[in-house]
Amino acid sequence: MERPNWAPGDIDLERPSVARVYDYWLGGAHNFAADRAAAQKTLEYLPELRNIVLNHRAFLRRAVRYLLSRGIRQFLDLGSGIPTVGNVHEIAQTADPNSRIVYVDMDPVAVAHSRSLLNGNDRVSVLQADVRDPESVLTSAEVTEQLDFDEPVGVLMIALLHFVSDDDNPTGIIGGYRDRLVPGSFLAVSHAGYEADEETGSYRAARSNYDRSVTQMTYRNKVEFTKLFEGFALVEPGVARLPAWHPESPDDLDDAGTSFPGFGAVGRKE
Amino acid sequence: MTERVDQRLREDRSPLGPAVLAGAESFARSWATAVIGSSYVPMTRAEVAQHLQDLTEMLVEALFASPFRTAPGYDIGSKLVDAHFTGTDTLGRTVQLLGDDLLAELGFPGDERLQSRLAALQGALAAGYARALRERTLAEQEAIRAAVLDARDQAEAMLRASEARFRAMFTEAAIGIGIADIEGRILDVNQALQDMLGFSVEEMRQYNVRDLMHPEDAGSVWRLYDQLIAGECDHYRAEKRFHRADGEQVWTHLTLSLVRDDHGEPQYQVAMIEDVTDRHLLQNRLRYQALHDPLTGLPNRALFLERLGRVFNNRAKHVRAGLCYLDLDGFKVINDSLGHDIGDQLLVEVGRRLDHSVSGEGKLVARMGGDEFVILVEGSTGEQDIVDVADRVLTELEAPIRIAGHELSVSASIGIVERQLSGTTSADLMRDADITLYWAKADGKARWALYDPERNAREVARFTLSATMPRALERGEFYVEYQPLVRLEDSTVTGVEALVRWQHPEFGRLAPDRFIELAEETGLIVPLGRWVLRKACEEARRWLVEFGDAAPFVSVNLAVRQSRDPELVRDVKRILDECALPPHHLQLELTESAIMGTADEPLEALRALCDMGVRIAIDDFGTGYSNLAYLKHLPVHELKIAGSFMEGLRAEHEEDPVDSQIVATLVQLAHALGLGVTAEGVETPAQSARLLRLGCDTGQGWFFARPGPPENIDSLLRGDL
Repeated sequence: MERPNWAPGDIDLERPSVARVYDYWLGGAHNFAADRAAAQKTLEYLPELRNIVLNHRAFLRRAVRYLLSRGIRQFLDLGSGIPTVGNVHEIAQTADPNSRIVYVDMDPVAVAHSRSLLNGNDRVSVLQADVRDPESVLTSAEVTEQLDFDEPVGVLMIALLHFVSDDDNPTGIIGGYRDRLVPGSFLAVSHAGYEADEETGSYRAARSNYDRSVTQMTYRNKVEFTKLFEGFALVEPGVARLPAWHPESPDDLDDAGTSFPGFGAVGRKE
Repeated sequence: MTERVDQRLREDRSPLGPAVLAGAESFARSWATAVIGSSYVPMTRAEVAQHLQDLTEMLVEALFASPFRTAPGYDIGSKLVDAHFTGTDTLGRTVQLLGDDLLAELGFPGDERLQSRLAALQGALAAGYARALRERTLAEQEAIRAAVLDARDQAEAMLRASEARFRAMFTEAAIGIGIADIEGRILDVNQALQDMLGFSVEEMRQYNVRDLMHPEDAGSVWRLYDQLIAGECDHYRAEKRFHRADGEQVWTHLTLSLVRDDHGEPQYQVAMIEDVTDRHLLQNRLRYQALHDPLTGLPNRALFLERLGRVFNNRAKHVRAGLCYLDLDGFKVINDSLGHDIGDQLLVEVGRRLDHSVSGEGKLVARMGGDEFVILVEGSTGEQDIVDVADRVLTELEAPIRIAGHELSVSASIGIVERQLSGTTSADLMRDADITLYWAKADGKARWALYDPERNAREVARFTLSATMPRALERGEFYVEYQPLVRLEDSTVTGVEALVRWQHPEFGRLAPDRFIELAEETGLIVPLGRWVLRKACEEARRWLVEFGDAAPFVSVNLAVRQSRDPELVRDVKRILDECALPPHHLQLELTESAIMGTADEPLEALRALCDMGVRIAIDDFGTGYSNLAYLKHLPVHELKIAGSFMEGLRAEHEEDPVDSQIVATLVQLAHALGLGVTAEGVETPAQSARLLRLGCDTGQGWFFARPGPPENIDSLLRGDL
């Protein structure tokens, strides 16, 4: 990180923010004109984007529920964004009120909003940090006071790693977190991506618009996505198109189960 | 984060018929299918279906309720938004599906009363949805704006905190920090800098950076400053002195840095100033100790050489400098006899007197070690300047030095060099001064000597000769010439004197006076003399074989050192034996001093040689001190009268009566002692005639023949000439 961690973040409402654009696509109003303009423009190129985003959000819900079923009660949600309905702590604390959650995002507005919403919930912390720096995240007071790394932790990277370019060494970043986890911990990842022959003109157009107006994205195919789970054993069904990972209903699947432009998987640290 | 959505509405079972309920359930399924995907709701498909089933039941109850009220429709709209069915497509599809399918599903298609009620409920649902969505949107907008404000507050708080930290760092730093603008106006200084310089911040603000210039600042300090201000460099370090408010000085390490604005233009300058006065003073003391002689307190050799080096580095054309290289005479005796303590005190006093007599700008007195001192005079105008200094020093040292009850008289020898600096080096200067000091010592001490390049050249040549002599002997660069010794009575060649020559590859043909003395000094005279002896004996043997009784004896010079060589007798005997030369064919010439001034041993050797039959001659008789009484006891056969007495006998028509009388007396003396007499340096017929008249036996000189190769002697003996 170039900026010391106490330095003020960039709070420029004239520039679209990843978190607020995402919120808009999810039907939220935690956004500003510049965010909406960028979000709408991208939607023009790719109307099904709203559905894609919903699927990432739905994957989050399913993954958290899965981890809860595997006994996980501590969650580290990296790149948590703007809180909207169905947040990790809502799901987890519904299942077990003692669940502990740390949200991490680098967007100071998202972090401020999260903090104001979570005021009074002392089993949830919000950290402003760059998740690409595992060391600073893992040594922060928010993380060390909330999570017990002698117990399994569920690390969530939902719709996050497609914002991490290969130059930033995503495998190394994940390794930084993995090395801190005890066996029995989990990593859940959802990621935009598809195979080379699947890219449509509208994908390309939407992607280039997003790259230009919001931030650069890195799409990964299945092989590249799978490599991110180094040191983890993938749970059934392994790497899947997002809707096909532990669907809640056969009706959720339709043909998106094989062509959806995004992958999801959960791995267990052995 | 939003208030929890009740997944199941509180059921208030209505008295609806099973057919109606079944229709409601069927409708709810269609509804779920229509809206799923139009909004993100954190529910599974089944949960969505259940949620919509509950809402459908509410709606159906309202449809049949009595009295009819639209409020439940409004509530359902609100609940949709609460469950985050916020995608506007959800409302559109819901309203459409209600109109199209609900009554048919419930089994009342075409019931106008219900259609009218349904329309009212649809309107209420839409209104409730719009109202809730509007409120939710406003709430979220407010929340996100609040978050922005929070985030900004947070950022500003961090900024303030960081500013406070920086301010604390600035204020509390142990190092002096000052900030000035590009014009040099001082804007702020921290406490450490105020303490260091003794000025308050208000006083400092009155100053411009340039006011802090110190006369002793290195030129580079302000040159770099100008470059920094011009933006040509971003920081530099320097050693710099500052004046304190109390007039004292502070030595500092200064680091000056340039602060640029967003456009890269120079904006501020920040100085970090560390007080190194203590370190500086310590360094000065250490440096002083390293560069001064602890005994006398005078500069030591290192400082002297440094200063001398600087003189040479800074020299302009025609600048001159001089050196006195001084060494006490006989200091070792004082040290050895009175002890080192007295010796040391003597040196202290000598150092003090030197310093006293030589002080002044451009003059430096240093102790080089032991009893050697040196005086450097920069910017001299000529030799006389340095001679004056040397005279003053010698005078100053004349007064006896009283130490611990001893009254010590010391004198010193001084070598003086004075010259223009261009074309010479400090090493040259030192070496020449050292050589000159040696001359002053050799010339008798208690004096100065002035460097003389010609004398030096001679000594260098002498040195070169003596250094090359051993190899010259090996290489056969020496050769022997012979000069006849002629019996005056009948002009018969009775003997020849062997004279060694050196065909030097560089200096050409050298006469003995150029190298015999050197050979004596180096000891090479012994092997050289032996070589000459052998050469001469070989020739003598050849002549003996060739000319029989007419063969001359050879007369070979024996240097003082040779005469004292214990091997002399054995060497001579061996050479005579090896050459098969009868001893009386060899004459050895010794100087008066070699014979007279000696102890018994050489005399023994001479006696042994004499007994062997070798002739002994005293060379250059009359020029040294001869103990005439002693002469008659010496094993000597011949006196050779020095050529200097021949001067008065040279002219054809008149002779010097004194010289004539001396020669006559010497001849009489020799004859009285039973010795033969040879006159050297016979150059004219008149001399020859007069010597004959005076009774001299033998003559030698150009009148008869110059020294030449042995073949010349052959010719003479054959009577070719």
